[in-house]
Amino acid sequence: MLKTYSYPEFAYRQSAEQREGQVRRHPLVIIGAGPIGLTAALDAAQRGIPAIVLDDNNTVSIGSRAVCYAKRPLEIWDRLGVGQRMVDKGVNWKVGKVFFQEDLVYTFDLLPEDRHKMPAMINLQQYYLEEYMVEACDKAPGVDLRWKHKLLSIAQESDHAVLTIETPDGIFKMEADWVVACDGANSDTRRMIGADFTGQFFQDRFLIADVVMKADFPTERWFWFDPPFHRGQSVLLHKQCDDVWRIDFQLGWDADPNEAKKPENVIPRIQAMLGKDVEFELEWVSVYQFACRRIDQFRHGRIFFAGDAAHQVSPFGARGANTGVQDTDNLMWKLKLVLDGKAPESLLDSYHAERAFAADDNLLNSTRSTDFITPKSSTSRILRDAVLELAHHETFARRMVNSGRLSTPTPYSQSPLNTADEDRFAGLMQPGTNCADAPVRVGGQDGWLLNQLGEGFVLLTFGTEPLPAVEIGGVRAGVLRVGVELQDPDGTLTQRYDGQPGTVYLIRPDQHVAGRWRRFDAAKIEAALRRSLAL
Amino acid sequence: MSQLIRSPNIADVDGFYEELVAAQRHCNDEQAVGVLAKLVLLLANHVGDRAVLSEALALARRPEAG
Repeated sequence: MLKTYSYPEFAYRQSAEQREGQVRRHPLVIIGAGPIGLTAALDAAQRGIPAIVLDDNNTVSIGSRAVCYAKRPLEIWDRLGVGQRMVDKGVNWKVGKVFFQEDLVYTFDLLPEDRHKMPAMINLQQYYLEEYMVEACDKAPGVDLRWKHKLLSIAQESDHAVLTIETPDGIFKMEADWVVACDGANSDTRRMIGADFTGQFFQDRFLIADVVMKADFPTERWFWFDPPFHRGQSVLLHKQCDDVWRIDFQLGWDADPNEAKKPENVIPRIQAMLGKDVEFELEWVSVYQFACRRIDQFRHGRIFFAGDAAHQVSPFGARGANTGVQDTDNLMWKLKLVLDGKAPESLLDSYHAERAFAADDNLLNSTRSTDFITPKSSTSRILRDAVLELAHHETFARRMVNSGRLSTPTPYSQSPLNTADEDRFAGLMQPGTNCADAPVRVGGQDGWLLNQLGEGFVLLTFGTEPLPAVEIGGVRAGVLRVGVELQDPDGTLTQRYDGQPGTVYLIRPDQHVAGRWRRFDAAKIEAALRRSLAL
Repeated sequence: MSQLIRSPNIADVDGFYEELVAAQRHCNDEQAVGVLAKLVLLLANHVGDRAVLSEALALARRPEAG
């Protein structure tokens, strides 16, 4: 039991279909009520897809797991109405310190770009995140959270999947047009369909200790390489809310995880690190090892894989939950259009194209961090230590120090849904990037661009000229003019989008750029919209 | 795009080599490798050009006979 948090217990209810012994067909079944499954459910609700969420447990994530949430997932959660609550509860940190052996090597400030609604990063225990989303799901029309529902088997027919489920009342079957498996790194669903999940295992173990500090301690991220209190290994200290601190000790491969976890072994380690005078209480201890791997295909027929069920990364850089949320953000609008018969099923294949590309990018980044933090040979350790020694006085070497890179969204630069630029644009936006936020004024009120984009396709245009919406087979891209429907009070929006007068952006329902032009040309926009619908 | 300079390019090459060896004179093997590692990092940053660095890395890894 934690000192700072009580686990809620969610009620199991027998479903009507189980009670009546009737096999029913549902448009969408989500497996797993973790951060990704709950996000998928809220997104489905927002888009009007009735969603059933199955979870074999009846509470939130036990113990401390994910901690850091980056701007893009916070923007997605803001679209789903839960982001602000997470930001309000979470810890906003900016300063990091890097230590090598006895010394502070350097201090850095994340220096997040300003004029974004969401911060660059917050720290928050995963159970809060899940609790908030469960509450939002309970209020959302069309979300049916079913606790104590364990998937026993899954079979696929040509146009649906059949799920066999066990509850405290026995076993029953249900059918689903589509299934999204968000059941974690050890996904049962993945095992049941026999998908490959391959990559690299790391011969290392880490001890997580969450401690409650009694005294003030700065809200900073501290990372030690080879500290005097834990020779030859690395240690990370990170603040969470409720004065809980995450400490992550690299143990090496030879450590005995059961011995290492014992309070009599953990406490002296933490004392040596914090100093004898700092009072703390142990909140949670666990030992983990990790792998970097991904599923062969994100779509297997009627089943999609998202989050850790699709890709597992090292914890350095906070890429697990952060990228998982972007998986379902990518999938849900596509699924809605296919369910409504407005886009072909082949649109769903772009889920793999875009998110496997992102997963590979994340795997690359997290493997690089891991290789820096845990050198695999004595020579690579010497090289790593040389970087750290130079970092004392050389700024170029500080850039090489890799204790985990801030998770940023991977642009879908190779996506088949993109329309390539014909014109020249300055700035960071490109076909396939997620839209940068910017302050706006709407109806005399301050607001944010991303909150104005809504749930569908949008033509974001710069200029006051009236322009028609573009429509393909019932899919409409409405016009949002910067200068009319919304104002750009300080020029940030125009600057971030290189919004010279006449410029038009076609923006997808997941707030990614599909294409852009310097002049409104209905035929070109229609072609781009078709392309982003896989038509 | 520039290429790795492979023709003689150091004016006082004997003097440089002497300085390079002297840099490790009072080091044990591990310290010596550390000095070389720092030197590589400093020079790599000075060069900066990724293509040139990759070319140098490939050349350094080439078997002796090559």
